[in-house]
Amino acid sequence: MFAFVVSRIFQALPVLLAVALISFAMFAYVGDPVAIMLGQDYTQAQRDALVSDLGLDKPFWVQFATFIGNAVQGEFGLSYRLSRPVADLIAERAPATLELAFTAAVLALAVGVPMGVYTGLYRNSWLSRFFLTFSLVGVSLPTFLIGILLILVFAVWLGWLPSFGRGDTVKLGWWSTGFLTWSGVKALVLPAITLGLFQLTLIMRLVRAEMMEVLRTDYIKFARARGLPNRAVHFGHALKNTMVPVITIVGLQLGAIIAFAIVTETVFQWPGMGLLFIQSVGAADIPVMSAYLLLIALVFVTINLIVDLLYYAVDPRLRIGRGKGGH
Amino acid sequence: MSNTPPLLEVRNLRVEFPTRRGTLVAIDDVSFSISPGEVLGVVGESGAGKSMTGAAIIGLLEPPGRIARGEILLNGKRIDNLRYEQMRRIRGREIGAIFQDPLTTLNPLYTVGKQLAETMTTHLPIGPAEAKRRAIEWLELVGIPAAAQRIDSYPHEFSGGMRQRVVIALALCAEPKLIVADEPTTALDVSIQAQVIALLKTLAREKGTAMMLVTHDMGVIAETADRVAVMYAGRIAEIGPVREVVKHANHPYSAGLMGSIPPLDRRVERLAQIDGAMPRLSAIPQGCAYNPRCPQVFDKCRELRPDLLDAGTTRAACWLYDTEAVRG
Repeated sequence: MFAFVVSRIFQALPVLLAVALISFAMFAYVGDPVAIMLGQDYTQAQRDALVSDLGLDKPFWVQFATFIGNAVQGEFGLSYRLSRPVADLIAERAPATLELAFTAAVLALAVGVPMGVYTGLYRNSWLSRFFLTFSLVGVSLPTFLIGILLILVFAVWLGWLPSFGRGDTVKLGWWSTGFLTWSGVKALVLPAITLGLFQLTLIMRLVRAEMMEVLRTDYIKFARARGLPNRAVHFGHALKNTMVPVITIVGLQLGAIIAFAIVTETVFQWPGMGLLFIQSVGAADIPVMSAYLLLIALVFVTINLIVDLLYYAVDPRLRIGRGKGGH
Repeated sequence: MSNTPPLLEVRNLRVEFPTRRGTLVAIDDVSFSISPGEVLGVVGESGAGKSMTGAAIIGLLEPPGRIARGEILLNGKRIDNLRYEQMRRIRGREIGAIFQDPLTTLNPLYTVGKQLAETMTTHLPIGPAEAKRRAIEWLELVGIPAAAQRIDSYPHEFSGGMRQRVVIALALCAEPKLIVADEPTTALDVSIQAQVIALLKTLAREKGTAMMLVTHDMGVIAETADRVAVMYAGRIAEIGPVREVVKHANHPYSAGLMGSIPPLDRRVERLAQIDGAMPRLSAIPQGCAYNPRCPQVFDKCRELRPDLLDAGTTRAACWLYDTEAVRG
């Protein structure tokens, strides 16, 4: 188990290094940081001094090594746009995005899995047909349109929920949470639905397809032949066997929710990392963009590792090195 | 045997599959009974309706298959018209089932101990600790070495033969009075088949469990069954004591089937074979379903379908045993 984790971490390193190289290359090829720092009016001597000060005259690999060294310590330099350390900016924005992504993922799982089980079991009921039609809407409507429609209905017409922002937040150390205030929870509802709807329908369709597959297997027939109650057959024997593909997709989608919450955050003016990123792109704020890129790579690598570990928890056939003979 | 009331009685069972092109009759007018402790072998070619008869008895016909006519009685009570929940309480508890392929019958994500324990706690008034104790006992009983340790193993950690032993333990653990064993050895290595059959036979005798043993292996039938039913195209062609059917089959089809068993005491160049193939369900010929392949066919066979008739030692669905039949 430990060896497996270590080997997975070593496999992840080249991925992270490649992404680091790309985000480092942005500095060199997208705009000239020296020109940006010096402003409109400077002499060649000033420029040379700054270049050697920043170490930009050193070979590429030395600069890259320095960049990696700093990145490992969470040091990504100053934002061009806001003149504040990038690490601070991201740390400020991360809780908003993570809370939104977490809520959306929980919503998608808590609603999507039962709907998938139901539609897999009762294929021809009118409720299943309704869920399937509804899921087509979820899969095919673009996120921004769903967000705008929700704002129109629940914020503009009905006036039940706020149309933008996070509401009031409470500081827990450096983490600012919206879960603990009523306005924070209210503000979370619409963006979480917008962000989670696609995932919800995806999970529902996946669980449905897997359930239909598993229900045809011999061990389900045998479980019925042993007279086990339906609840045990459906939610124990069947659902557990659908979990491996579901975990894979949910893991990847959770990464996607965190990384690409940009559209939802823009529509709802949600003060998260996605909004920070899109504003940074607008201002060519390269330090922020490059740090964001690395952070997202780290998120995906971490989630993949967790997914791999979950496989082991779910499927005993993958647990090698437990050989007790018998073959 | 004739004096004890039957444990299971199947009367005029008919199973239909409604399809777009009309209704297929998979089982037609099948009647037989099994006494307590008796082993009834059911043989026939693939598609003869053997497995489906078993599925109908345990109430797990695959939709859209349904029982269209007839009744199934367990201890004199009808079980073919029960609701799912009532029938569920009978499955496992009164009628156990063993499936063909032990590699796919066990849930790969649960330990064998958990699968045994959940079956017992579902049907018997025992707690988890007692269930675990009995699970170990059952594994020992079916011949799994170091049962106390293997209880926490997953199915993939067992070989095929060992897994079928676990399946047998699962079928028997709630102490049913009847086991429906659907080709329990077909998927196993030949060397393992005899062991598994011997185990099944011993356990059934010890526990007084009756068995419906579906197979196309005549050797298994000859060794295990008390009586045998030969099925052809959804009907019973012949039924009788195993010795009679194997040695002196009365129905031309069962005679042909027995003729295809290689004799051990003499060399033969070529085994007897039955020409042609069993008809598809959608194209069962008029009269006796076996008439196109039958070496002793006569006019009446092509017109009318014979019921089971008294053929001396056995009962056979063949006009040869109709005393009033006029041979053409």
